[in-house]
Parts: sequence; structure tokens; C-alpha cells
Amino acid sequence: MAGIHVKTTINGDAVEFICQPEETLLDVLRNRLGLTGAKEGCGTGDCGACSVMVDDRLTCSCLVLGAEAEGRSVETVEGMARGSELHPLQRLFIEHAALQCGVCTPGVLIAARALLEKNPNPSEEEIRFGLAGNLCRCTGYDKIVRAVQAAAQEMRGA
Amino acid sequence: MVTLKDNSLANPTEAAPPTTSEPGPHEPLLSKHHFKSVGTRPLRPDGIDKVTGRAKYGADHNLPGQLVGLVLRSPHAHARIKAIDTTRAARLAGVKAVITAADLPDHTGGDEGLFDILDNCIARDVARYDGHAVAAVAAVDAATARAALKLIKVSYEVLPHVTDVDEAVKANAPLINPKNFTRGVEPAPARPSNIAKRSTFGHGNVEAGFKAADVIIARTYRTEQTHQGYIEPHACVASISPDGTGELWVCTQGHFAYRQWCAAILGMDVAKLRVTSSEIGGGFGGKTHIWMEPLALALSRKANRPVKMVMSRDEVFRASGPTSATSIDVKLGVKKDGTITAGSATLRYTNGPYFGMWAELGAMTAFACYDLENVETIGLEVLVNRPKVAAYRAPSAPEAAFAIESAVDEAAKTIGMDPVAFRIRNAAREGSRSSYGPVYGPIGIGPTLKAAQNHPHMKAPLGPNQGRGMACGFWFNFGGQTCSDLNIGVDGTVTLSVGTVDVGGSRASLALCVAEELGIPYDHVRCVVADTGTLGHNDMTDGSRGTFSSSMALIFAARNAINVLKARAAQMWEIPLENVVWKDGHAHATGDGHGNLAPLSLKEIAASAPNTGGPIAGHAEITADGAGVSFATHICDVEVDPETGRTRVTRYTVIQDAGKAVHPAYVEGQYQGGAAQGIGWALNEEYVYGRDGRLQNPTFLDYRIPVCSDLPMIDTQILEIPNPNHPYGVRGVGETSIVPPLAAIANAVSNAAGVRMTHIPMSPPRVLAAMTSADKLGV
Repeated sequence: MAGIHVKTTINGDAVEFICQPEETLLDVLRNRLGLTGAKEGCGTGDCGACSVMVDDRLTCSCLVLGAEAEGRSVETVEGMARGSELHPLQRLFIEHAALQCGVCTPGVLIAARALLEKNPNPSEEEIRFGLAGNLCRCTGYDKIVRAVQAAAQEMRGA
Repeated sequence: MVTLKDNSLANPTEAAPPTTSEPGPHEPLLSKHHFKSVGTRPLRPDGIDKVTGRAKYGADHNLPGQLVGLVLRSPHAHARIKAIDTTRAARLAGVKAVITAADLPDHTGGDEGLFDILDNCIARDVARYDGHAVAAVAAVDAATARAALKLIKVSYEVLPHVTDVDEAVKANAPLINPKNFTRGVEPAPARPSNIAKRSTFGHGNVEAGFKAADVIIARTYRTEQTHQGYIEPHACVASISPDGTGELWVCTQGHFAYRQWCAAILGMDVAKLRVTSSEIGGGFGGKTHIWMEPLALALSRKANRPVKMVMSRDEVFRASGPTSATSIDVKLGVKKDGTITAGSATLRYTNGPYFGMWAELGAMTAFACYDLENVETIGLEVLVNRPKVAAYRAPSAPEAAFAIESAVDEAAKTIGMDPVAFRIRNAAREGSRSSYGPVYGPIGIGPTLKAAQNHPHMKAPLGPNQGRGMACGFWFNFGGQTCSDLNIGVDGTVTLSVGTVDVGGSRASLALCVAEELGIPYDHVRCVVADTGTLGHNDMTDGSRGTFSSSMALIFAARNAINVLKARAAQMWEIPLENVVWKDGHAHATGDGHGNLAPLSLKEIAASAPNTGGPIAGHAEITADGAGVSFATHICDVEVDPETGRTRVTRYTVIQDAGKAVHPAYVEGQYQGGAAQGIGWALNEEYVYGRDGRLQNPTFLDYRIPVCSDLPMIDTQILEIPNPNHPYGVRGVGETSIVPPLAAIANAVSNAAGVRMTHIPMSPPRVLAAMTSADKLGV
């Protein structure tokens, strides 16, 4: 089957690719563009490990077709740091030991940043519901919630 | 899976040996009590890679020219494979190889366990569960591989099946394996059955003990099958060269074991297969077993191309290692003064269609927290048409603890005694004979109970519909074969090569131990997980052995390196070796006439290495005996909605003995993670099979593990009762935290709902039904 030519923006850079109609955005990111930060934990939108932003909307990239990226702006975990300077969430996740195996971490970070952009001062409950679409099997979420609380405080300049 | 060898059972129980002031290089006995690096919380070395997406997990690796491998799986719970026609699939354009069991001839040479692994990887003549692999293809892309699977024609003769643990042991149950005669029974049975083995443990006279009791508690408990639920599905890339050598890149808890099994199944020499472990996206025991890796190797061999295989979540649930479902009878005899006079239990654990040691582990751990005069446990391994059971974090202990700790709680309530005080009265202590045989050394069950008694959580007020529960847990811990290298660089920084996969921050912990032993800063030490071509055999990261055993090997390696460093310093100073001591990262000259010599740093000695004999390294290859046993006590508050039966955990506290917490943040992480998995198991997670024997909920939508909004903060308290058989007192910490939650939550729900809960998970319908029937009975 003929491939589809797609022009899009990924982490601020103009990107072109050709994909098959049935390929997901996650497939394209991982298999065609070498961006393996987003993970496939389920392929059904239940685990959040593939979370990316599509036009400022938190999205499971396994539920979006690659062809749907045409003309949009996609942000992945690879675009979170500015050069060698980590995003506060990235730095505080390490400092708070908020990751063990780390496979859910890229998706959790994208979801946490999306939450803090909407709500800079979330309560513990708002953080817990904001991250409820991202499964973590290692940590019990305790240290993740604390890292997000610390990042929110730092990003508010409090 | 934890491999329980005779020596691993005996060693944890030895009495504390005398400490020595100057340990030999390979002296494992506790010799250090004051620490500079160990016990601090530095940043982990793999942190930045993991928060930026750079870290490479199983599915993140690719090789040029690789094919996509996919597996065809049985839709039947139990079926004879009459024929497999792969002709059309093989002819499809883009398909490079199709394999069946015929492509994996039996090289197991009568090794039953290995044959079961082979048969589980690809069904030979009978498909034994829904999801059992029957064929596999490799094609140029996923779409072609999927199309090829549809062209494979399998003729099945469907056989009667059984998936339920209690149904499977009935006399008229369909036989899972007609060649199975129960082991451990004298005389040997004349007829086959679904019970693969009977094991017994205990001492004393339980009948006499029950006669001496004032109160008898007797109940049957059930737990349902759960999955480890690691977020990263199994993934590998296999490449076999025409010269017969091969490489395997794979997410695993033990690349040396994977190499050994894959080589045996493929008929290869171990030395010709090199296995590299990727970063691992969670394992919890489920990545201690090979599943589709031999298929990837066989496809690569047939296609002469690299083959990548990644399981879907559906495949992970249907075909990779879940826990046992269990049915457990408990009887407890108690005097009114709070003494347990006798305890007995019969534990039936599903194994899947192959023989394992799951009930045996349950029977060993069941009463391990208590000092009992009369105790007897019987474990029955039950074969069913479900996937082959694999280890899940302290395998088999949570189910047994649920049953025993529920009965203990009920007994305390019946005689009107506080449940913590009742447990303290009966707790095992140093010198107690454990229910599974050995005599304990210094152990933490008493201290964790006392800490629970004094914890503010125990005194906090409860609201309406709320209840509090607590429970204890035990795990053996394991040591095992370990081989590590320590190499000192030209600038004096140190690289560690270890063969234990890092599942939760162990690289940071191991670097801390070496920094401590050498007396240098943590950030001068870097730890990498080496491939199988680089080190001698290492057992898997299982049995909570990763940090325990590799830290022991690396402390020995560091001591060996210090001996070299001292010899080089002596050479540089031109003084006798016996006048050199090592302290705080420096060689110091001692004795007459040497007092003016300035200490030589590790960096200075390393810089001079080219002129003093070449590279400086330390090495150790050991069997790490003496893994100290582990105990925990958990406290839990729940609120049960009387309208819906839904339970919410409102507060949770973990108290566990770590021996010595090397990196306390990651010890806390183990405590919290195990508790969270236990909460999911207790309240929600279960495999649901239909009457057709097919798994009905193989997705994260329908098999729902706890999400962030389901849980409270999980408080932790680390106790440190040093393990006498480790230089720093370290005990394994990874597994025990999943043992108490099922029981702690069941006790809490029972208190909140006013009815004894005996069936895990306590999902809303089950709790509601229990409350309704209790109301009807006027309980």
C-alpha cells in the first residue's frame, strides 16, 4: 500500500515522514523517527506510557494515527529539557527517587507538565487525578506525587 | 523465581558470628557499623537517561535488516494439535521464516524442568492454555507478519479443560497431564491426577496442640490469580549468524540464566550465545523466565536475519507468568492467655499446566513469623489450564500470609486480645525453630511489631465505615552465584561491572558500597550491568539478591583492589608492604622512618600504574551465602462504602527490617511499591476465566492495577537489624513488602464491614455480597 507523506512539527523542529495508513503516531515516533522515549505498554490507551502532547493536548500516541500528525505540533519527552538544562520535573524526579524502572517516567513527566501548565498549584488530590492515566507499577506513586508537588512549588517561584 | 538451595535455607538462620577487626578479602561476616557513603541518598547514575527518554529498554533496540517476529497462539484452553499447515504463510511475499515445534527439536536430554520450559515456549502436541504459542513467523514488517499468522492453519481436537483450583483437584476433573503422578506421596499413587506434588513442613504434634487449645479457628480462604503487571512488555532482538554464534538483546532479570536456557533449547554452546540485558521496565519475577526468546532465536536462525519480537499486552497477560490462584485451609488453636498451641494449613496453589514449587513456598512461609511448638503445613501443586506460573515478588508468600494472618487476627479478636500484642506474644525470635525447619538468627519480626505498636498510625482515630488492620510478613531472601569486576581508571575513577540486572536503583547502591570500602566519593564510582560475554555466571536478580549479593562481591573486589593499591604504594615509596595501610581513599605509610611520607591518594597511585605494574583491578566470584531473612509489619486503614462495597485505602504504613539500608530512598521505594502491588491484589486484580477456559480480561482496562488516584501516600519506617552474614549487615529488601498487604487490608475491611473477608480480591461485588449475607445471618 502506498505510504502517506506527512509534514509535522516535533519538539519544535519541522519533520517530514512517510507512513502506512494503519501506523500509529507512536509507531512513527519509535520506528521511523528514532524517538523511543515514548513507550508502548498496552497499545490500547490504558497505561499512558506513550503520552505526548499534540497541539497542547495530552494524548496517548498509540491511539492517534501517524497521518493525523499532519500540520500539528507534537511534543515528546525528548523535547522537555532545554539543551543540558533539565525541566524542573525531570530534575526533581531524580532528586526525589520518583522512578525505579523508569519505563513509565517519560509518559508521567509529559502528563505532569500538562497538569502544571493548566494548574500551577494543584492539591495532592488534583495531582493524583491528573496522573491517573499513567500506570506505574514500581513506586506506589508516593514519590512521584511528592516530586510533582516540589516541581509545582519551584515553578511557581514559591 | 527464587531458587531455594539447601545452603540458602540454612545460612540465614545461623547465630550471629563474632565480628573480626581485620576481615580477609573474602570474609563475609559483618565487620562495619559506621558509614560515610552507605546510608546517604545520592542521585542515581541512570537518572538523566531515564527522565530524558535516552535509556534503552527491550523494545528500544534495533539491528540493521531486522525482521518482525509474531506468535500464533492457541484460542483453546486445552486442545490436541493434530496438524499445522504453514504452507500458505510461508509463501506470502515478505515472510522470511515460519516455525513450529518441529523447528525446535527436543535437546533437553531428559531434564523435565527444561522440557517444560521448551513446551511452554512452543506447544509440541497439546496446547495447554488459552494463549499457548503454537507457531511463529518472521516477516519484513508487522503488517506482513500479522497477515502471515492468519494464513497458518492449525487443526485442533478440543479437550476438556479445568482452570479452577478447587475444581482441578476433584476426582472427576479433566486430567491436564496424564503422565502426572503426585510426587511426595508414599506409596506412589497408582493413578495420575492434577496434583503434581505434595510437600509437608512442620514440627511438634498438632493434634495434641489443638487438644490443648481453648479456642479453635478454622476457615478456608481463596485468592485469585494476578499478574506482575510490569509496564514494559517482554521484548528482544535475536541474531544468529551462519557461523552458529548468536546475540540476544532482551529485557530480563537474568541474562545469564536466559543464555543458559536459550542455548540449551536451541542446542547451542553457552559460549556461543551472548546476551545483553536492556534497561528493564519492571519485572517483579515475571522476567525470570524465558517466553518467546527461543522463538526469536529460532526464527533468526531460519531466516538468517535479526528478528525483533515484542509481546502485546494481551500476550503478556495470556502467556507470561501470572501468580497462582489458591485455596487454603487454616486451623489455629489458641489459649485464652494468648498462646498459639498449634497451627496447621493445607495450601492448594495452581501451577499452570507445568509442575512448579509454588505451594511448597507457600507452605514454607505460612507460619514463618511465629514461634510455634506444634505446626504442620501441606502444600499441593495443582495443575490447571492456565499460563505457566512465574515468580511474583516473594512468590507464594502473600497468599499464605493472607490466610494465616486472617486467622491470627480472628483468633486475637475471639479471645479479646489486641492483635499486635497477640502477635508479639507469639512472634519468632533469635533461636526459634522456624515452621519450615531452620533455627533463626537475629531477626526483625519482634522489632517491627513493637514499632507498629508504638506507631502513631495505630492510635489515629477512625471515621464511620472505616476499619484498621495489620499483618506481618516473611520472606527468605536469597544470595547465590555472583561475579563482579572493579576496574580503576587512569584518573582514579572506578568502573564496576556487575551481572545482576538493576531493577530498582541497585547501580546507585552498589556504587555506594564500593565508595565506602575504597574511601572515595560516590561520584567517582560508576556501575554498569555487563553482558554475558564479560563476566562469569551470575544468578538472576531475584530473591531480593541483587544488592545483597553484588555488594558482597564488590566489597570483596574492592578489598582485592586495595591489596594491589597498597602493593603499588609500597613500590612507589620503596618500603615493605606491611608498612602500608589503606584508610579514607589513601595509602598511609606506617612504622619507623616512614612517618614523613605524605599519604598517596588512589588517584596518584592510579596515575603511576603504568610504571608500577600496569592496570589496577579487583575481582570477585562468589556464592553469596547467608542472605538474612526478612520480616515486615504493615498497618492499613480502609473505608468501605456500604452502598457499593467499594473499598478505599485511606492510610498505609510499612515497617520492615532492611539489615542496613544502603540507599534509603530506594529501600523506601521497594517498601512502597510492594505495598501498592499488594493493595491492587487485595482489592481489585484478578484473572477472570470464562466457561470456555479463555481469559476474559487481558487488558489494563479490565485488569486494573492501582492508579495514582486509588492510593494514599505510603508511609515507611526502615528498621536496621544487621545481617551477621554480610560485611555491612545488608539484607534483601525487595520482596517482603508485598507479603503483608493482602492480610492487612482483609483485616481492615473485615473490621470496617463487620464480616470476615475470606476471598481475595475484595472487589466491590464480593464485599457487598459478604455484607449482605452477614446482615441476613444477623451477624
